[in-house]
Amino acid sequence: MSLRLGEPAHPSTSPAPAAPGTVIGDPAFAIEVLGVHKSFGALHVLDGVDLRVRRGEVTVILGPSGSGKSTLLRAINHLEKVDKGLILVDSEPIGYRRKGTRLHELSEREILHQRAKVGFVFQNFNLFPHLTVLENVIEAPRSAQRRRRDDVVAQARSLLAAVGVADKADAYPRQLSGGQQQRVAIARALALNPAVILFDEPTSALDPELVGEVLEAIRALAGQGRTLIIVTHEIGFAREVADSVVFMDAGVIVEHGTPSQVLDHPRHERTRAFLSKVL
Amino acid sequence: MTTTPVRRHDQANPAPAHPSGRDVPPSTGPVATLDVDPASLTVIKARHPWRWVGAAIGLILLAQFVNGLITNPGWDWPTFARYITAPVVLQAVWLTIQLTLYGTVLGFALGIAIAAGRLSKNPVLQTISWTYVWAFRSIPLIVQLLFWFNIAYLYQSVSIGVPFGPSFVTFDVNSTISGIAAAVIGLGLHQAAYSAEIIRAGILSVDAGQLEAAAALGIPRRRQFFKIVLPQAMRGILPNAANEVISLFKGTSIVSTMAIAELFYQVQVIYGRNGRVVPLLMVATVWYILMTTVLSIVQYYVERHYAKGAVRTMPLTPLQKVRRRVALLSAQARQSSTMGAGR
Repeated sequence: MSLRLGEPAHPSTSPAPAAPGTVIGDPAFAIEVLGVHKSFGALHVLDGVDLRVRRGEVTVILGPSGSGKSTLLRAINHLEKVDKGLILVDSEPIGYRRKGTRLHELSEREILHQRAKVGFVFQNFNLFPHLTVLENVIEAPRSAQRRRRDDVVAQARSLLAAVGVADKADAYPRQLSGGQQQRVAIARALALNPAVILFDEPTSALDPELVGEVLEAIRALAGQGRTLIIVTHEIGFAREVADSVVFMDAGVIVEHGTPSQVLDHPRHERTRAFLSKVL
Repeated sequence: MTTTPVRRHDQANPAPAHPSGRDVPPSTGPVATLDVDPASLTVIKARHPWRWVGAAIGLILLAQFVNGLITNPGWDWPTFARYITAPVVLQAVWLTIQLTLYGTVLGFALGIAIAAGRLSKNPVLQTISWTYVWAFRSIPLIVQLLFWFNIAYLYQSVSIGVPFGPSFVTFDVNSTISGIAAAVIGLGLHQAAYSAEIIRAGILSVDAGQLEAAAALGIPRRRQFFKIVLPQAMRGILPNAANEVISLFKGTSIVSTMAIAELFYQVQVIYGRNGRVVPLLMVATVWYILMTTVLSIVQYYVERHYAKGAVRTMPLTPLQKVRRRVALLSAQARQSSTMGAGR
């Protein structure tokens, strides 16, 4: 389904990227971020961000802290509501329903339903500490997708095996190492069969020796042709798995290209300065 | 002199070159050896004589206190024994339990609603809930109870119908709201203000990331609250809630001012008649202690239930501890008896 917007879609939607006559909702893209602005008080965190992510592509977002990377990721999942602009996941505007040229705000329930299409892996894992590993993984498929318990448990066990924590199914999250917890969180996100998975600095809260096992699990997903967006500071990992690299600074996308374009031949001074500091 | 003894040792007797060609780390180099086999050494445990002295003083004071309880005729234990299970006292205990139960149920049910109001995004509900808490925490319980006791002075009848419109059913207040009902309403409304704050505190103590994760997974709102937030909030709510229930249980004694035959009122009536104040106060005290103990035990197990996943290993229950202790002692006894037989 592709839709054509003649007029600005929403009173507050920026017409900039979806200029009259521009096709948006192109099925080739899993995610389209169109002219997105977001501020917290006086702080402009996202200052007109445009980003299109092709289906099955692995995109790594780099940038100094405070550059808006995490906010962008959270906006894609509608954990943050944007002030201006539009985000489409699977050609569907997130948080809204389009009727003609009007966008109707969705109810909480409908937004929750939309979110099941987008998996999210948090920096601090955010596993539910009072539920076992298995219960953490089956909770959303059971309650949000109302799938049968037997199916969900079988799928959860195979996902836990895939990320290498099959033997921890009945443990509580606090009994696991950080790396194991993050791998469980990845299994939990996968259990909803999301079209897209977002990773918000998945290794930043880990001890250095545990980073490898989590990156290994993400690398395996990248090999399966899933659409992934990863905010990370692991430049080596970005070079290895990314199809495209985005460099953000001060709420805008400074550079977007292949890993070798952005990491080896950056065109902007800001990108160069950042890379020289982290490499 | 800043070098360590080990280094000096190394300098005196240079260690033979390691096969790998690298220097052998000092810690694995030759060191002075013990003149005895380590296995032949026995460990003598440190002694703590002051612990024994402290324990002895404590036990002596305790013995004096118990002796006083038994020998002082003022306690009048025969009278205590006569009244502790007297039917009239048991009835009063039952009424006290009922007042506590209904007050708790009404208080926490209303408390949940008020806490939800204070945490909601609706400014009207927020303000109403805040005002309720403000008002009922400001009014002394006894004043509020007397208001309810005299409610018929303000409202002779209560009607159910359309707000500001016609009514369908009408009750006569004086016959509907008995003394006990007034007491339950008063205790419950008072309790609601405090439980609302306790519940709100518990919910606020749950990490925001938990709700975010639940939202990101698309878990329905109601389920987010009951399956994710509330079980975690319960850990913070329970100790305070148990405090409130216990304090409400003892607080029912205030209802005695309204001539309701709960425990404290009943013993006052009895000692008013026979003049034996102390033994009858002990009757009330023992019942209050007994019921509070039961509540504390219930609290322990409910808290344990909600501690799942919060601690790496669950602590043993007192019963498990006793069993383990007995098993350990009997194992030791068996061991010493076999050793004795061997000699």
